[in-house]
Amino acid sequence: MVEIQTLFLYGSIFVSLYFEVFLLITYLEVQAELILEGEHLAKPITRFPTVTIVVPCFNEAYTVNKTVRSLLNLDYPKDKLSVILVNDGSTDGTGRELAKFKKHPQISILSKENGGKYTALNLALAKVQSDLVGGLDADSFVDPLALRKIVPFFDDANIQAVIPSIKVFEPKSVLQHVQKIEYSWGIFLRRMLSSIGALYVTPGPFSIFRTRVFTELGGYVRGHHTEDLEMALRMQKHHYKIVNSYGAHVYTVTPANLPALYKQRVRWTYGFLNNVLDYRGMFFNKKYGHIGMFVLPVATSSIFSTLFIVGSTLWNNLSGVLDLLARFRTVGFSWKLLLPSFDWFFISTGVTPFLTIGALTLTLVILYLSIKMADGKVNLTRGIFYYLVLYIFIVPLWLTKALFNTVFRRQISWR
Amino acid sequence: MIDFKKYIVAFIITAFIFGTAIFVSNLIGQKKLEDVRAIENRVALDILSSETQFALLEETSCKDIGPGFLSKELGSLGEKLAYAENQTEFNAGDLEYLKRSYFLLEIKDYLLMKRLTEKCGIRPTFILYFYSTQEKCEDCERMGYVLTALRDKYQDLRVYSFDYHFDVGAVGTLISIYKVKSDLPAMIINGLTYYGFRSVEDLEKTVPALKELAAKVKAAEKATTSTPKIN
Repeated sequence: MVEIQTLFLYGSIFVSLYFEVFLLITYLEVQAELILEGEHLAKPITRFPTVTIVVPCFNEAYTVNKTVRSLLNLDYPKDKLSVILVNDGSTDGTGRELAKFKKHPQISILSKENGGKYTALNLALAKVQSDLVGGLDADSFVDPLALRKIVPFFDDANIQAVIPSIKVFEPKSVLQHVQKIEYSWGIFLRRMLSSIGALYVTPGPFSIFRTRVFTELGGYVRGHHTEDLEMALRMQKHHYKIVNSYGAHVYTVTPANLPALYKQRVRWTYGFLNNVLDYRGMFFNKKYGHIGMFVLPVATSSIFSTLFIVGSTLWNNLSGVLDLLARFRTVGFSWKLLLPSFDWFFISTGVTPFLTIGALTLTLVILYLSIKMADGKVNLTRGIFYYLVLYIFIVPLWLTKALFNTVFRRQISWR
Repeated sequence: MIDFKKYIVAFIITAFIFGTAIFVSNLIGQKKLEDVRAIENRVALDILSSETQFALLEETSCKDIGPGFLSKELGSLGEKLAYAENQTEFNAGDLEYLKRSYFLLEIKDYLLMKRLTEKCGIRPTFILYFYSTQEKCEDCERMGYVLTALRDKYQDLRVYSFDYHFDVGAVGTLISIYKVKSDLPAMIINGLTYYGFRSVEDLEKTVPALKELAAKVKAAEKATTSTPKIN
């Protein structure tokens, strides 16, 4: 039993290490590509394609005004950019907020009964006639240059969608600081996956598509409450190229407390698991390149390996604490039991601690590169500290719940 | 078209990191076992020295026996072996060999102490403790905590612990001499056999030898804390 557990543990660590090494090799390969990309983006845009941005809104009264204003502030010709605001049956003041823009020449407003984000997007998509179309969640704000850093990618006729880099908007709580670092990691990861053609999500905040993607592949579907993930997988299945413009920044409001974060992440993980189940035919299928052969299998197995590694670590620490408690109960309290032994013999020097050091070192390297990629520089902030200390303990919460719901076919709710 | 070269390079690098971790862990594990071996050698030398000194007693008196007559390192040696048993980084064969040597050294130390007791009339308190690692024995674990606590409390107490099921002839002989049943944990304290878990308080109350030790420690404490009278 112990041997099987150790074998699983080593296997899980091996896969994690392998993925980190793979990412770092990709990072080295991508350097030349990034320079070329920078040069291409620096050139003036000669032909501005027409763009429509759809903003689906459900009870976003507090943020939607700022979201729309950020779109109107985009550095892009006004006659080439239009915005469709869709009120998806909001019950708060969202309708009133949207009404403030009803006379704006670039904006049109649609209202419907609540039916979910994908229905709101589809309603607007039916009216889109521009070359490009994108969405923007009503709790996100775009950087004025974002669209200018996305549009040039469409010079390549093969590219069907471009996703931006998403950052956390004004983090305040500890969990928002943790998410800021996590999102930086996401920026790095997406850029690397972009290079190998393995992006598996076209996020709600400001992913831009060629409009014909929807006419050819159909509109959004429920996608287990993660329609953006389903759309990306559908595109990958049909060999539609998705890339990332890491210089295009979008800011999003993230959950400030644990219950809200937990709910959001259960939805994301549940959506991922169920969508990859729907698209399981892509797994280990050479036809789909890196995404089928490597990224989807590793991303799926990482859910299990994370749970296993964290579970094993917790179990080992719990055993230590239980031993200590048994000692207390047997011989009473003594400071000697609590103080660590200064004899080096009693320091654990098994294979696992060294592998953990190896994995942690690679994680820190990737974290450094991620923050540098996201912010341009690396400062030792409290967010890094919070991330390193807290993240590993909170992730298993939603992974467990999402896995449980998937196995026992329990539905999840959006909010 | 997938570039499999990258997968192979990533695999080689990962395998190298894995290999390095295994190599370093084994290297340190070996170094730790060498340390244990060195302690065993020192204990063996201590016992040899004590035996020699003991042989010379024929020509000298018991007064010449100093406080360091018996090896002081047996306790820490036992702790290290007990720790090593629960770790995965040690070579099982090496560990078994060291455990075997440890049990033999304990028996030698125990015999030496017995002879010393007979010859010089010294009455050291010692415990022969039998536990099991083969069967789930929670009481053995708890008993181990109690004996460690007692050894910390009473410096003169010597605890000799033996794995009941370990295949060493001398341990088997000891078990048959004292007719120790497999009802573990079992202790022999100054000739009397006790089975099952006993707390520190239980042992101090019921075992005469420990009672004496407790009284001795109390008296010593009293002597050091009482203020001398000035006339």
